[in-house]
Amino acid sequence: MKKDRFEKYLEEREAYFGRVQGLGRRDFIKAAGLVAAAATASGKLLPHSFQPVDVVHADAPDKSFRFAYISDSHLYQKSLNERFVRAILKAVDDVNAMSPQPDFVLYGGDLAQLGQPGELGEGAQILKALKAKTYMMVGEHDWYLDMGDKWRALFGKDTYSFDHKGVHMIVLNSVIVEDYWTGPKLSPMDRMLAMAQLDNPNGRPFTVGDAQRDWLKNDLAKVKPDTPIIVFSHSPLYKIYKAWNFWTDDAEQVQALLAPFKNVTVIHGHTHQMLSNRVGNIHFHGMLSTAWPWPYAPQGLPKLTVRMNRTDPFDELDGCGDGWIDVLPGGHVDKSYNLWSRNPVRVSASYLGSDGTLDRPAAETDVNY
Amino acid sequence: MTTTARKVLLGSALAGAVFVLPVARASDDTSVSLCDGQSTLTIPGLKAGEELPPQRARQVAGDMMQVWRQNAGEVRWASWKAEAATAAPAPVSPAATQAAAPAAQGQPTKFTKRDQMLWEREEKKWVEEGYKAFHNAKALGGTIGISCDMCHPDTTNTHPETYPKFQVQTKKVALLRDMINWCIENPLKGKPLEENDPALRAVEAYILSARKGVALAPGKH
Repeated sequence: MKKDRFEKYLEEREAYFGRVQGLGRRDFIKAAGLVAAAATASGKLLPHSFQPVDVVHADAPDKSFRFAYISDSHLYQKSLNERFVRAILKAVDDVNAMSPQPDFVLYGGDLAQLGQPGELGEGAQILKALKAKTYMMVGEHDWYLDMGDKWRALFGKDTYSFDHKGVHMIVLNSVIVEDYWTGPKLSPMDRMLAMAQLDNPNGRPFTVGDAQRDWLKNDLAKVKPDTPIIVFSHSPLYKIYKAWNFWTDDAEQVQALLAPFKNVTVIHGHTHQMLSNRVGNIHFHGMLSTAWPWPYAPQGLPKLTVRMNRTDPFDELDGCGDGWIDVLPGGHVDKSYNLWSRNPVRVSASYLGSDGTLDRPAAETDVNY
Repeated sequence: MTTTARKVLLGSALAGAVFVLPVARASDDTSVSLCDGQSTLTIPGLKAGEELPPQRARQVAGDMMQVWRQNAGEVRWASWKAEAATAAPAPVSPAATQAAAPAAQGQPTKFTKRDQMLWEREEKKWVEEGYKAFHNAKALGGTIGISCDMCHPDTTNTHPETYPKFQVQTKKVALLRDMINWCIENPLKGKPLEENDPALRAVEAYILSARKGVALAPGKH
């Protein structure tokens, strides 16, 4: 039997007061202060019979904080290619010039182009100039020359988690692929070159993999469902276009592990473009590359993505950049793209949460060249 | 113009102008020949270096046509006329193709299935060479490790169907080949290749082949 509006109102009121009574005094004050922010950030539209309020835990951030990202620098050694080095230096300057400084910097993967020790070493040296603390994430270009030996020596574990101001942060190695090199007896460089070619018709899809999904399950077991989570991943953790490995093959399984949590954001690399998506409670944001932009895939683009216009080949910085992420009170995330040759773009939690109705980023007008 | 012997090739019997590159001879005559390798015609009184006036040139073209038809062309000419009468104009719909097919069947042709296989193999070879060069940072003379597929995976964003066009940044009308050379010079930091360099032609062949039939949609792909 369909409930009438008044009955529904009573139910929601009951539920609200039930939650409120469960809070201590401190939490109640915090919850009251967070009402407006939570309502917009979770995309809930007004009015309802009783304004839905996300009653947040004391652990969640009550003030927003910011961290920066630099990603996909694809360094060759400077003696071969200065252009990519100049670009990553520019990103480091951008972040060092931020005032106030970000809480930390996330490096999004593909620091090297061909996984060479020289490339990784130079990259590590350049990133040392960052004033803020840096967390590293691995990409396929870093990994497949020596299966991560040099990476681990320089930067430590490729999979780990940490907590920051009430948000649980997870860093994954989501570029695991099935063995394609042992059978045909590929040399390490051949293995790396095969992986380096984005449009390789024989490429194998990225995965998080069984072992790492088990690790993730255990890691999440200690996290309360109300705690906001941010997952850093090189591959997108959803499926866009398999031919270019804009893809994570076990995406559904990873998303299922994250589904019980109310507030999850995935920040991913690899795609070198502005990308936005939402699956259930999970918001997905792509990171820009400092080195070069990929074109959009011919199919599979999530409908929430507002495309960046095609880049100008006559401007070597166009389509490239860095950015930052503002973690809002309550743990939702606004993503900023700091495009070097264009106006910066902000994709907000309310845009994704409202399924595109609120706060839509401005679309660029088409140009023909 | 030198007096080195050259042949005149008339590609189409219906050409309005005749390009005459005279053969050096003792006499004041010039010989022209057709692309079938057989038909030739002597133009009496035409000296080396002289150009035919347009009316006379058209007459010569007409005479060439007669020579060709006499040599072997009569049968083929008749069959083409018959085809033209029954076939629909391009673009050919499936229905029209079917209508044209009976007329085309059984007509004499000197080309065999083997010929077709050879042509396809040769085309494939060029496209494959182009694919390799497209994906190899050094193959086109690049010096900084950047290859075409870094910005154009699967030839995305090459949009060959939009050329020729006025390229604002170079202030010139650009052909696809010009843009390829621009990329070789700039992002790849190599030396631009000669117009008929095999590597350049191969890359062009690969791009054109991969994007055959793609609809014109400026800015979209």
